[in-house]
Amino acid sequence: MSGGSDGAFGRFRDVHQEFSRPHREPLVAIASVSFDLKAGTLMTLLGPSGCGKTTFLRIAGGLIRATSGIVEINGAEVTEPQPDFGIAFQQSNLMPWRSVLKNVLFPMEIRREGGRAAHERATELLAVVGLQGFETAYPAQLSGGMQQRVALCRALIHRPKLLLMDEPFGALDELTRMEMQDLLLGMRAKTRATVLLVTHSISEAVYLSDVVVVFSQRPAVIADYIEVPLPYPRKPEMRYCAEFTALEHRAGRALGITR
Amino acid sequence: MKWRALGRAIYPLIGVAVMVLLWQAYTQVFAVSRIVLPSPLDIIVASVARYDLLLRETWPTFLESVYGFGLAVAIGIPLAVCVANSRILNLTLYPILVATQSVPKVAIAPIILVWFGLGMESKLAIAFLVAFFPIVVDTATGLQSTPSGLIELARSLRASPVQVFAKVQFPAALPFIFSGAKVAVTLAVIGAVIGEFVGSVSGLGNLLLTANSQLDSALAWAALVWLSILGILLFGAVALAQRLLMPWAELGHG
Repeated sequence: MSGGSDGAFGRFRDVHQEFSRPHREPLVAIASVSFDLKAGTLMTLLGPSGCGKTTFLRIAGGLIRATSGIVEINGAEVTEPQPDFGIAFQQSNLMPWRSVLKNVLFPMEIRREGGRAAHERATELLAVVGLQGFETAYPAQLSGGMQQRVALCRALIHRPKLLLMDEPFGALDELTRMEMQDLLLGMRAKTRATVLLVTHSISEAVYLSDVVVVFSQRPAVIADYIEVPLPYPRKPEMRYCAEFTALEHRAGRALGITR
Repeated sequence: MKWRALGRAIYPLIGVAVMVLLWQAYTQVFAVSRIVLPSPLDIIVASVARYDLLLRETWPTFLESVYGFGLAVAIGIPLAVCVANSRILNLTLYPILVATQSVPKVAIAPIILVWFGLGMESKLAIAFLVAFFPIVVDTATGLQSTPSGLIELARSLRASPVQVFAKVQFPAALPFIFSGAKVAVTLAVIGAVIGEFVGSVSGLGNLLLTANSQLDSALAWAALVWLSILGILLFGAVALAQRLLMPWAELGHG
């Protein structure tokens, strides 16, 4: 079954998250967040650091359970990580003892599907991100951007329906970051995966997304829900057009940075 | 780069050569008695002239050390796995481990001799006892310091606890395990010699005592040199195993 009752791929209703603290009242990370995630869209959670957006992504990914609220993806309530999810973190989290190829194959190995087909797909994915010839290299021999590309291949190797990304390019320099954004858009166009991405970069959010969900300061509520009408494929030149700037401005206002 | 590599080989050699020359000069200039302090030349002569005896006595010490070390690895690593993954076992076993470690091994060597006799078993037991602790502690530390990002990644992929251990936790602990093993293997040689000192009929430790009692200082020193060579070779073997099993550790960019 694909999609919920109203056709949404993901449904979040009144998601609320508290963390208990010793000798103090619980910390409310997320006050109440509700939105729908349409199949095949790239949705960005934009917010100031510490606002609960990463917590929200972890809830969506089933790594933690929300204190209350409804989290449904692909028609099923999410209580634990799902087999058709792919996750990429801010740190590439590559295993230094595994070659590039073996790192990409790791999810397939865990699923006991690390056969020839998986091998071929991993080689293919690595070629798409421009890492052909690096299959036998170790992560320590790669630059930060290359490591993040390997991590992206690893997140996509099992053809996930939902790709969850937590500031995946946050640790990269500006130029590499822009390169990776185009790469991600290209990969998404190929795989048609639904993407939920967390960032604190306004321009990254606008450039990548169909929809930008702006989170407020903690405890998080939705400060703005911005649909980005710019067509795909996105071109780097679009970053300088008036419409793009207007959208950035709107996001900035929602964050309380600009007026 | 090439000069740096060359320097890494040359400077230690220069250091050793200078020390040996000073030693030689000292014994000659002050005409030191051979019984008090044999010159490096005396020791080299003794090492070469009596090499069959030295080689014969090295073998039991080598076996005692290697068996003791092997046993320490075979028991220490599984025990560390238990201690690292179970809070109850950690609380139960750790105090006992620390307590056994704080007992001086030299002090319990006579007791062990009573239990296991004059043969190899008692030396092996002492070598095991001294090598055991660094392996358990370093392995347990390694298993407990798996990067949380890797654990989270495995969890997001719904890896089973066995998979998490075999594919993430254990390989991530390998550098710790090897650093413990390097300490342990040199300690194992010391343990074997302690055992031989307390009571034995063979081995380099035994030879050292015998030569000493016969005032054959050159031979005693030669035994000492052979002992340290044995320790260095065993250390080198573990370091080599590490390089072969963890080729990635040598890498880095630039």
